[in-house]
Amino acid sequence: MSFLIQAKDLCVKRHNKNILENVFVNVKKNDFITIIGPNGAGKSVLLECLMGSFVPDSGEIIKKNNLSVGYIPQNFNPESSMPISVKRFLTLKKKFTPQELINIASETNISEILEKNLSDLSGGELQKVLLARSLLDEPELLILDEPAQNLDIKNQLNFYNLLNSIYKNRELSILMVSHDLHMVMSSTKQVICLYHHICCSGEPQTVAKDPEFISLFGNDMAKMMSVYQHTHNHSHQDILND
Amino acid sequence: MTELFIIRAIIAGIGVAIIAGAIGCFVVWRRMAYFGDSLAHSALLGVALGLVMGISTNLGTIIICSIFAITLIWLQQKKILATDTLLGILAHSALSVGMVTLSLLERSIDLHSYLFGDILAVTSTEIYFILFGGFFVLIFLYCNWSSFVLMTIDEKLARAEGINIVVNQLSIMLLMTIVVAVSFKIVGLLLITSLLIIPAATARQLARSPELMAIASSILAVFAVILGIYSSLILDTPSGPSIVVASTLIFITISIFSFLFKKNL
Repeated sequence: MSFLIQAKDLCVKRHNKNILENVFVNVKKNDFITIIGPNGAGKSVLLECLMGSFVPDSGEIIKKNNLSVGYIPQNFNPESSMPISVKRFLTLKKKFTPQELINIASETNISEILEKNLSDLSGGELQKVLLARSLLDEPELLILDEPAQNLDIKNQLNFYNLLNSIYKNRELSILMVSHDLHMVMSSTKQVICLYHHICCSGEPQTVAKDPEFISLFGNDMAKMMSVYQHTHNHSHQDILND
Repeated sequence: MTELFIIRAIIAGIGVAIIAGAIGCFVVWRRMAYFGDSLAHSALLGVALGLVMGISTNLGTIIICSIFAITLIWLQQKKILATDTLLGILAHSALSVGMVTLSLLERSIDLHSYLFGDILAVTSTEIYFILFGGFFVLIFLYCNWSSFVLMTIDEKLARAEGINIVVNQLSIMLLMTIVVAVSFKIVGLLLITSLLIIPAATARQLARSPELMAIASSILAVFAVILGIYSSLILDTPSGPSIVVASTLIFITISIFSFLFKKNL
């Protein structure tokens, strides 16, 4: 069995609207897949289906036995009325030795902030802490939902560099929702462009040339991926206009 | 004889304070103050139910408040109305139905003691209720502590790590139900929320971890209850408001100290 997790023909309907239509995803060992798509395209629902916290109306999810998954949520905003140190947060419901904690803290550059209060951290620090927490289970697959959404450009770069080095050192697989395609271009191996259905997928260079991709994201995005110049009228025009 | 009832009141008060202090932290962290208030309002219907059916008022309260919590979660899932609207509808209709029922009852009821607490009314049965309920709440809280804390920090993260959010949410609500049911004789239905919130808010300024905050909150609540009951006996004031005044004074004192201390750092 070469795959870690597979989504087969997923369909999700909510209030008579199709959120996901016939979506297939296959994550293999050492994959780095980035899912892109406009707001409300069903990206988060797809991730929730894959993690088993949302049951699709039809289709199935097949997982490798004992697959361990690390997850980084979208919009992580710890409640400030709860005093909790980074260290205590990392140890909540996790089992590991003190040495493992030290190793992971230095791997993710959070050794200096372990004693800090969680709600006092900056956005960039919080993302690194979440990354550290997800690594404590030695995951084979990391699932990230727009991990750098609220970060400034410098912190975005730092975060993606860190993620990239973890990907290389640990030989794990990454499945990520991200709009920062220009940032992950160098590391991501496969891009899935989702708008309820899978519009196109493949290597970043190929996807950037796809008419459906251009109609969803516009020529500028395609240019940013520096491969293609082309005007194309297509059925997804409504999204560009609003 | 006088001394016996004081001892009963103190035991009951300490029992109530310990669990209210600990659960109160979750009320603060999860912003459930309005929920706590609504739960307490609906408890009056529970009192009425207890009196009508001839069962204990504590049991009546647990039944009604549990129905209240489950109805609320069910309505919340429908996502048609906002939670505070739902709470307003449920709480005030339950309070009103409770009041109407109590007025229709043919015996005279000391409403004041239900609303503001009356330590004279604490019976031995109620002490058993408090001890048994309190023990259950503490054990339950201890066993599910990490899940509750993780869920409170981030629901998506908790769900991804295999925690059932709805079950845990319901558990916290049911624990609050028990707290309301065992403590309304001491602090009164209208003031239960303050016993949940004020000690926890005070403890926030002292503690560096969620566990310590819960312990500190319980200890502060015990102080407030003892101080309140004592002054209520001496000054012949209603016990609930006296306890709340005591805990507010503690809150103010510690706030001032922590403000001065942090400034000097």
